[in-house]
Amino acid sequence: MKPVAFQYHRASDIDDALAQLADSDAKLMAGGCSLGPMLNLRLVRPTLLVDLRHIAELRQVACSRETLRIGSLRTHAEIEDGGLPDVTNGLLPHVAHRIAYRAVRNRGTMGGSVAHADPAADWISTLIALGASLVIKRPGGERTIAVDRFVLAGFATDLGENEILAAIDIPKLSRHGRWSYHKICRKTGEFAKAIAAIVVDPDRHYARIVCGAVEATPVVMTDTAAALQSAGTAAALEKVGPELRRLMPGHDAVFLQLHLTALRRALCELDRR
Amino acid sequence: MPGTGIGARVRRKEDERLTRGRGRFIGDFHIQGLQDVAFLRSPQAHARIRSIVKPADAEKQIYTAADLSGLRPIVTASSLPGYKVSSHPPLACGKVRFVGEALAMAVARTRATAEDLCERIAVDLEPLTPVVSADAARAPDAPRVHDAWDDNIYLLANFDSGIDDALRDAPIKVVREYRTARHCIHPMEGKGLIAYWDHQASQLVVITSTQIPHVIRTGLAQCLDLDQERIRVIAPDVGGGFGYKSILQPEELLLSWLALTHKQPFRWLEDRREHLTAGANTRQHQYRVTAYADARGRLLGLDAEAMVDAGAYSVWPYTACLEGAQIVGNLPGPYDLPSYRCRSFTVATNKPFLVPYRGVSRPGACFAMELTLDAVARAAGREPADVRAENLVPASAMPHTNVAGKHFDSGDYPRSLERARAMIDLPAIRARQQRGEADGRRIGVGFAVYTEQSAHGGKAFTSWGLTVIPGFDQASVKLTPDGGVEVRSGIHTIGQGLETTLAQVASDVLSIPIERITVTLGDTATTPYSTGAIGSRGIVMAGGAVARAARQVADQAKRLAAHLLQCTPDDVALQDGRLVAGQASVSFADICGIWYLRPDQLPDDVDRRGLEATEAYKPSVDTGAFSYATHAALVAVDTDTGGVEILDYVIVEDCGRRVNPMIVEGQTFGGAAQGIGTALFEESPFDAQGQPLASTLIDYLLPGPTELPSIRLEHFETLSPFTEYGIKGAGEGGAIAPAAAIVNGINDALAPLGVEINELPATPERILRALHAAGTSAL
Repeated sequence: MKPVAFQYHRASDIDDALAQLADSDAKLMAGGCSLGPMLNLRLVRPTLLVDLRHIAELRQVACSRETLRIGSLRTHAEIEDGGLPDVTNGLLPHVAHRIAYRAVRNRGTMGGSVAHADPAADWISTLIALGASLVIKRPGGERTIAVDRFVLAGFATDLGENEILAAIDIPKLSRHGRWSYHKICRKTGEFAKAIAAIVVDPDRHYARIVCGAVEATPVVMTDTAAALQSAGTAAALEKVGPELRRLMPGHDAVFLQLHLTALRRALCELDRR
Repeated sequence: MPGTGIGARVRRKEDERLTRGRGRFIGDFHIQGLQDVAFLRSPQAHARIRSIVKPADAEKQIYTAADLSGLRPIVTASSLPGYKVSSHPPLACGKVRFVGEALAMAVARTRATAEDLCERIAVDLEPLTPVVSADAARAPDAPRVHDAWDDNIYLLANFDSGIDDALRDAPIKVVREYRTARHCIHPMEGKGLIAYWDHQASQLVVITSTQIPHVIRTGLAQCLDLDQERIRVIAPDVGGGFGYKSILQPEELLLSWLALTHKQPFRWLEDRREHLTAGANTRQHQYRVTAYADARGRLLGLDAEAMVDAGAYSVWPYTACLEGAQIVGNLPGPYDLPSYRCRSFTVATNKPFLVPYRGVSRPGACFAMELTLDAVARAAGREPADVRAENLVPASAMPHTNVAGKHFDSGDYPRSLERARAMIDLPAIRARQQRGEADGRRIGVGFAVYTEQSAHGGKAFTSWGLTVIPGFDQASVKLTPDGGVEVRSGIHTIGQGLETTLAQVASDVLSIPIERITVTLGDTATTPYSTGAIGSRGIVMAGGAVARAARQVADQAKRLAAHLLQCTPDDVALQDGRLVAGQASVSFADICGIWYLRPDQLPDDVDRRGLEATEAYKPSVDTGAFSYATHAALVAVDTDTGGVEILDYVIVEDCGRRVNPMIVEGQTFGGAAQGIGTALFEESPFDAQGQPLASTLIDYLLPGPTELPSIRLEHFETLSPFTEYGIKGAGEGGAIAPAAAIVNGINDALAPLGVEINELPATPERILRALHAAGTSAL
């Protein structure tokens, strides 16, 4: 399969890219790892492709007192290789290293992955667990939105037609902040069948447990997280099964078992970290 | 003998280009004026075609069945009684019979614009109820895939040695049903071809990614109604075949027709989505097996019914029944069965046609037989390897004709099992199982033993009903004026290293190093006839022919040398590239220089055959040379995720004399990798409407490097008494046993939980569902 004919525009800066979006059938391209195949399968048929990869601002990294701001065009490989300041005690490089294959990581970007919102992809679950938010540019302004509110459903986001996802704000973990991340894949590099992401930061009174690869927005397990915070791992392991079944009604036994296994293993691995 | 003859571990000659990206595959050809072809393929599995309307401004670039004057459908006859013949129009005509069947083709300067044209064709289809499983196809009221047939059965093949009624009271009776998945073949390079008219030669030239160029020429000639000397088929570098490229493809016919009609060059390259949703499939079998055994598990009889879901059309030249007919002979495997009955149905469904894939029917038959043996062993309360050992045909019985008439030529099957058992260390595994795993997984070990019939000839193929059958393969050997060697054979190299191994055979005979030997393959204009690279026949057949041609050339060279050395030809020996008689010698370069450039030095009565020869070869029997092997797999099953990890994998193989042991090892590893795909990953599911559900490699999983174990491999060399050098074929074997060995390992791990997997692939989901059904899940 080959794509339909389209115009190509290499955007020079964010304003240039935003101006191109006036064309209603324009499509933004970051790394192109998902968009490329979708173009070839003619699932996407843009009249104009706006390439964001040469916009310097989208590759900027800035550290403030409480967050690290990562330009949306930073690649998985750059995060994997430790080229960015690590404010997550190793969580981001750990996740990045396990995304697909190195060839994909060399091109694929964090912002592109979040904007695509494949429910089985790694970053949306990870970023929701971290409590990250997104910086979104629009003509004449910008806004920020939490990742769990940005992802509306599988492959559906809050990003407007005239907007660009410019950066990701990652809250810094304190020295005592811990995490675990467990995903179940059929083979190395495949999209996950189940994801569990846990971030606990006692200094900030923060605990979040996310169940991902659920064919929709990753699910935040508040009861289990509360049990983990107040009474520890054993209590969380007690809570996690009932809460998952309550939050995911109508799912079959294999689906529930895989996600429950990911969550249980992540909880146990948290203790070992 | 030089260091490059038979048995030498020399590096492959073809790898210089293949590993540096300098190979020449279909996509690498650039021809002036080349046009790309794209196909509009059916979105429905079974429908009557009401109309196909071309866009008015592009009518001349689009073709439907109505435009193909003079092109005949693919019709594959069989000599088997009761076989029903299908007619496969290259573009659908009247009805479509599977999703992906070509309805129309569009021609343009690029593939993208050809696809644009396809989108503008208006197709009106009247949906018919599709037949999507073998069981549904056999229902009395099932819709007919082919309207003129009175049922959907291509063929019922039968074998019955007589099963004694008394067996019903046998101490052990095991009944099982098995299913193997329909899957795709996935050569790295998809199917593809270029067709053009050569005005100088007045020939249709078809450069096609095929395993069988000479046979394809015959098929094209029949369907195009063209004399065969008007067609030249060239197989360039072929990026994997595995059987997928061993049939006449409708696309080959259509592009040839375009080139013949318009006298212009056309190209089609199958893309991965076409391969997954429209290309030939493979492997889909079902079995119902009843095994009778004594209390120790010694088999007394096997009663089986098999079904092959062969899809919508019969493939040329193998018919729809190669799988189904071979199951009957292959199911007993290497075991000594006192009595045996098998009924094998091959049925038509609204799915892509089935093509023989590496191992042909054996992976399915081996899976059914080996799982049955483990079930018998469990019923007997004995170690499955012990039960296997007692049922194998012993070395003392060789040569042996088994219950189904297979003639095993040589080998020691029990010894290969014994060695595999020692290598994987069965007692240590049993002790480890007692201790349990620290991570909570369950481990298990599985064995599988098989035979691989290779280089079989006419009588074997006629027994499967084929009307295009292999006989002699031919090869030419020619010395160049400076003492180099040119070898020509019509077989083709599809990644299996024949450029190297055929050079090694010639090197062995002529004592000339392979660096001075070029090998030309797979072009009907420049090579002698060969049935092609199928059925693990290449090195036996072409190797045998090259050996004979090289011996003939050596004999002729000795005659010339005798003139110069003042001796008789019988006194001349070959040594390190020289022709030696006593203390005197001449080089091949000397002899060749005189024959070609200074014939004045030769007497008038010189042997006029010169320094080239073409010879034909086939083994002394048609029943084939039987390679065999034991595979043993140690697996760990995670009962929380259903995941399976292969912890250890052992193969003990015997393929007779190995021309290049390194190449044999590569073939075995590659075959085993594909077998592991069959065991754990590969599956092309269809929904109730006949829609393929795996249309990209996100949904169709192939094993990657991290899913494959480091296979430990050992070889025996039991020479075949029937072939040159005792060589047996080895191309397919690696793919036959992995599914059986791995699933036996899974079942060994899960036996304490009362869980048994009898379906391929053994996916996490199937394993979890089986655990849930047994009530042993963690939930």
